[in-house]
Amino acid sequence: MPSLTEYLTLAALLFGLGLAGIILNRKSIIVLLMSIELILLSVNTNFVAFSHFLGNSVGQVFVFFVLTVAAAEAAIGLAILVVLYRKRHTIEVENLDALKG
Amino acid sequence: MNVDQSLILIALLMLLLPLVGAGIAGLLGHQLGRTTTHRIVNSLIGLSFFLSFYLFFIFVIKRHLAIDHTFYTWATAGVVRFNVAFLLDPLSATMAMIVLFISFMVHIYTIGYMHDDPGYTRFFSYMSLFTFSMLILVLANNFLLLFFGWEGVGLVSYLLIGFWFKRDSAVLGGLKAFLVNRIGDIGFLLAIAAVFLYFNSLNYHDVFLQVPLITTKTMSVFNHPVSVITIICLLLFIGAMAKSAQVPMHVWLPESMEGPTPISALIHAATMVTAGIYMVARMSPLFEYSPFMLSTILVIGGTTAFFMGLLAIVQNDIKRVIAYSTISQLGYMAVALGASAYDAAIFHLITHAFFKALLFLAAGSVIIALHHEQDMRKMGGLAAYLPVTYITFVIGTLALCALPPFSGFYSKDIIIEAVQLSSLPGAYYAYLCVLAAAFVTPLYMFRTLFLTFHTKSRIEDSLKGHIHESPWVVLIPLILLAIPSVIAGQMLIGPMLFSQTKLLGDAIFVLPQHNVLETLATKYHGANTMALEAGTTGVFWLAMAGIITAWLFNVRFPHWSDILKKRFYWLYVILQNKYGFDQFNQKVFVKGTLETSHLFYDVGDVIVIDGIAVNGSGRVIRWFAQTMRRMQTGYLYHYALVMLLGILFFLFWFMWG
Repeated sequence: MPSLTEYLTLAALLFGLGLAGIILNRKSIIVLLMSIELILLSVNTNFVAFSHFLGNSVGQVFVFFVLTVAAAEAAIGLAILVVLYRKRHTIEVENLDALKG
Repeated sequence: MNVDQSLILIALLMLLLPLVGAGIAGLLGHQLGRTTTHRIVNSLIGLSFFLSFYLFFIFVIKRHLAIDHTFYTWATAGVVRFNVAFLLDPLSATMAMIVLFISFMVHIYTIGYMHDDPGYTRFFSYMSLFTFSMLILVLANNFLLLFFGWEGVGLVSYLLIGFWFKRDSAVLGGLKAFLVNRIGDIGFLLAIAAVFLYFNSLNYHDVFLQVPLITTKTMSVFNHPVSVITIICLLLFIGAMAKSAQVPMHVWLPESMEGPTPISALIHAATMVTAGIYMVARMSPLFEYSPFMLSTILVIGGTTAFFMGLLAIVQNDIKRVIAYSTISQLGYMAVALGASAYDAAIFHLITHAFFKALLFLAAGSVIIALHHEQDMRKMGGLAAYLPVTYITFVIGTLALCALPPFSGFYSKDIIIEAVQLSSLPGAYYAYLCVLAAAFVTPLYMFRTLFLTFHTKSRIEDSLKGHIHESPWVVLIPLILLAIPSVIAGQMLIGPMLFSQTKLLGDAIFVLPQHNVLETLATKYHGANTMALEAGTTGVFWLAMAGIITAWLFNVRFPHWSDILKKRFYWLYVILQNKYGFDQFNQKVFVKGTLETSHLFYDVGDVIVIDGIAVNGSGRVIRWFAQTMRRMQTGYLYHYALVMLLGILFFLFWFMWG
């Protein structure tokens, strides 16, 4: 049985990977969405790990909520993505700079 | 109701009737029509005049005790109250009667003079308002109310000089009068502040009671100790100089001739310009304790009397000649004040009011007859056409030239003798000036008389057939003014100057060592003797010499004046330029003000306010925004990176901070 530290390290790695995906990725918005999923999963991992080691099942219940929300979010995000593609014929992150000052 | 209360009520009524008239004429004039308006306004002024005559009778003839009554407290600041309060004493009663008499005459005269003017009712409204302001000034018992009247008079004179506001010269004349008076007002306001500082009261009575305690006090001006009384008197006299047209603040009075002639008579001859003289006489308890100021007044008054009289010789506009003679006569009054002969100053003020108003109104009658021609070079030989105007003008001229037994003789002669007796420094200079002015006055007045009424007619042919005497509504005031111009001097000199109980009573205060009138009284043996003995005085022969000179140069040998003009061309140019006061003001004050304003506009407004404050702050924000917008790249990953860095920063701060 791995220790709590190992779980937390894994979660931190996943979180860092997700962040790196958001920051470094210049191409596809899909990768962006995937990175966000990765961050959420790292959080879920933390929830489960703490739930197990502290003997409190509330954390696991929370994970279900997070998963549900993540699924809904992914659905909406992909839907927006489709619309965006129809409108601009591209999903490259570098071209989406309408907020530029 | 006791006597005092009813007298106060009469005074209040006398004061408010002109204001009511002004309101009616100004607000309802158009609805009422011309005839109704002038009937209402004139009957109100007439009624007011009769009330003032009654007050004169009670306070001056019956010697009723002075009444000091407060009607209304305008404001209270700590222990000081700003009261609307009257002082009814012989001085104010006399002044009020003179003001209302002249005003009443001018109101009647205006019916004829302004007959065709589109601003008829407005004119009546202004005149009544002016009378009201002047009455406030005269009746006030404290400095603040005096200042209110003072400003009211200044404002209305501005409105009246610029009455024909479509004429540029009238608008500029009004502006000039207003600005010069503003300068005097600064002095006056500072004087009020100084009085308040040292006397802790603005009421005449309280102030005058404290004067002997203050005489030794000094204040530091540029590190020199100066007597407080002198400072106060100097500031007061600056105000008086502007109002009473003393050199060098006389420049506005000739310009004010741009106004309609009735106004010249009412404001710029008989009443408003006398406000300064009245004020100094009223403040005699203050001025008496400042010999320095008395000397200053003597010098300024003497200069004004002589040098402004000289200017009248080269003027060709009939009204301007009379305007300069007004300034000269005001100089006489100032000299009398300086010699501590306050009663004589008020005496000359009264006689002058009669004959100067008469002269202006007679000149106005000539001007109407010639369809608004004022240039004397285009007159001549009018005596046959305008007999009544001619006779009244002659009476006015004789009175002004101080020929016995006309009123001007008594007042002017007394002033000359009083200043001769005065021992103050500057008195001898003033004496020489008034003596010389006694020669100059007949010179220019008879020149005017000859050029206008005698000599060959130089009237334009188109006008010749239309000249006829003015209507009775114009002539009646002339006749009514001519009567006191002849007899007022003879009637008033004894009771006013030389009786045991002087007409003005305690209103005037003179220190025993300055009391020249008392010395004169020993030589006085009745008005008739004085007139009969006129031939033994130098003044009379000076006047005769002036008349003869005027006759020689204008009637007998008219080409002499041309020769003289060529021979003394430089002098002629100096006089034509009025000693360069106007040019000096134009160059120094007007140009100086303009250039300072331009400097302030260029530096203060354009650079500091517009450049730095308004546009500058905009520019700074714009620059800041330009720099900061670079941070807004619009790329999601940049925002995410910043967020991450922010979280890390807070994390580290939280853990190790």
